[in-house]
Amino acid sequence: MSVQTPPKRPLVEVRDLKMHFPILGGLLRRQVGAVKAVDGVSFEILPGETLGVVGESGCGKSTVGRAVLRLYEATAGSVIIDGEDIAAMPAEKLRQKRPTMQMVFQDPQASLNPRMTVAGIIGEPLDEHTDWSRARKLERIYELMDAVGLNRDFANRYPHAFSGGQRQRIGIARALALNPKFIVCDEPIAALDVSIQAQVVNLLEQLQDDFGLTYLFISHDLSMVRHIADRVAVMYLGKIVELAPVAELYANPLHPYTEALLSAVPEPDPSIEARKDRIVLKGDVPSPANPPKGCNFCTRCPKVMEICHRIDPETIEAAPGHLVACHLISNKQTAGSTGGPEAERKQTENQQGEVA
Amino acid sequence: MTDAAPTPAPDTARIRPPRNQWWDVWDQFKIHRGALLGSIVFLAIIAFCFIGPLIWPYDATYIDIRARNQGMSWAHPFGTDQLGRDIMARMMSGGQVSLAVGIVAMGLAMLIGTGIGVLAGYFRRIDGLLMRMTDLFLALPLLPLLLVMSMLFRQPLSSAFGVETGMFLLIVTAIGITSWMPTARVVRGDVLALKEREYVLAARSIGTPPRRLILRHVVPNVLSPVMVSATLMIATAIITESALSFLGLGFPPDFPTWGRLVNDGIDYLQQYPGRAMLPGVFISLTVLSVNYIGDGLRDALDPRIRGR
Repeated sequence: MSVQTPPKRPLVEVRDLKMHFPILGGLLRRQVGAVKAVDGVSFEILPGETLGVVGESGCGKSTVGRAVLRLYEATAGSVIIDGEDIAAMPAEKLRQKRPTMQMVFQDPQASLNPRMTVAGIIGEPLDEHTDWSRARKLERIYELMDAVGLNRDFANRYPHAFSGGQRQRIGIARALALNPKFIVCDEPIAALDVSIQAQVVNLLEQLQDDFGLTYLFISHDLSMVRHIADRVAVMYLGKIVELAPVAELYANPLHPYTEALLSAVPEPDPSIEARKDRIVLKGDVPSPANPPKGCNFCTRCPKVMEICHRIDPETIEAAPGHLVACHLISNKQTAGSTGGPEAERKQTENQQGEVA
Repeated sequence: MTDAAPTPAPDTARIRPPRNQWWDVWDQFKIHRGALLGSIVFLAIIAFCFIGPLIWPYDATYIDIRARNQGMSWAHPFGTDQLGRDIMARMMSGGQVSLAVGIVAMGLAMLIGTGIGVLAGYFRRIDGLLMRMTDLFLALPLLPLLLVMSMLFRQPLSSAFGVETGMFLLIVTAIGITSWMPTARVVRGDVLALKEREYVLAARSIGTPPRRLILRHVVPNVLSPVMVSATLMIATAIITESALSFLGLGFPPDFPTWGRLVNDGIDYLQQYPGRAMLPGVFISLTVLSVNYIGDGLRDALDPRIRGR
């Protein structure tokens, strides 16, 4: 894994990012609360690496992606991309910085202007950031269309004339137009059918090799993330609960939520699938406007302890490069005991008895 | 990449470069039968009003009292009125004014309406202010406002631009600023929905400044409702102008406009029904043809409909 290679300077460094959307209420439209969509997220991405972000719907994955590119004004925290803090940058400087970082959107239907031709859509970044001649822009557009596997003859067509996979290629070509270093892929495959998903993911990987791109790959498809990512961050209710290299995470999940997520991945072998004991989480994700006290996951955790309802767990490094925020792990580490699991299980059973 | 990627075939090496989108628009427009017919009628009316007077020997204000109240003849195809003025000549010069008022007032109303709608929808900070202003204008009654306006501005405008141009400016402004509100509301609603679309977000992630973002992504996509209200506006403006002239707030009585001619003809409706109906028919034809043109344009400007 790229994490083990001698320390490189991270391309993207996100520190304690918070994105709270105000809830206005009352006659005077005062702020009466906040939806804490992202609440203190930190991670870094090395150049050429892919960081996968997984989590269930509404956990703040897409908001992280958008806040990192400052499509939302973050409430707090810093986003350092290529040595410069995006979150605190003045507008004009940000505009000039935009070519370094681009985004591929979830819904290829909605992310292309229906009234622009493919050439217009792919060429828009060039219109904004270069003063090239028309012929040179066209040359670049054709080059990009070749890179993403689109026929050059499609340049005059409109988005409605394309299939979902082709539209996503157009979106990817647009993101590549300015030679970015960092691309946020916001569920780029969620709206595509399975055979096309593979094509698009392979395309993304190939482009990463060709152009040395760095991805923040947001998805809820765990198998796809396992395939494309180098490291994976698991998000729950606006926080990263576990962040580890992909092999480590899938082989040795530490956080109960990660375990539950991984147990939900279908197994290709039916005999294994039948014997697998799935962890089914009860209830719904709590509202991010009113998160539970203590650990965010304490309302649904199968291994909940008394301490979880009181104190929000710190993120600790359980193994090299394996970060996790859970009392189970921090207890184990602070106690230094190895025979803990039995005692712990007993304790959790008691806890669950109390909760239920 | 997998074999699914369409490899650029060498035999299609000669690829058409992107051509101007307006050619696509024209290609679609000319196969829209209604729109084509509408444009032919509209152009014919414009030619009648603006080229006709150059050919037609009679002047709109020439009085030949011995030839009054004549019916249709070769000398006077539409007849003459109670003062012996040739009605065909009056239709021509009346049409010039009515068409100009209709089109300019429509343009003004659409400009204000779309502008305010887009700004209110896009910039949340000024949304409340602009929409309350729209409500305020909706509450203004047209006729009293016009009365005040003509009291205040008739003299200065007439002395600055001459009676007719002054009146024209006054009427166009009055109609324009009292009829943009429905457009503004419709446009604002559409913009509110549009600005959350991912392609607007994509443009922001590219670093497109708001000005170009609005012109490139927002305005083209609110064109349909604007086009519909624009075609209806022309008719409303022509009719409003005639109502104003009838009340003595518009152009002077001897100055022909289509609305004015209808009003003059109403007095003689029993004896000479054609005199009121003819300008009415011209107003209706104009409105109808403009509606069809608007319909065709709206279809032609939408690439999703184009090519069907």
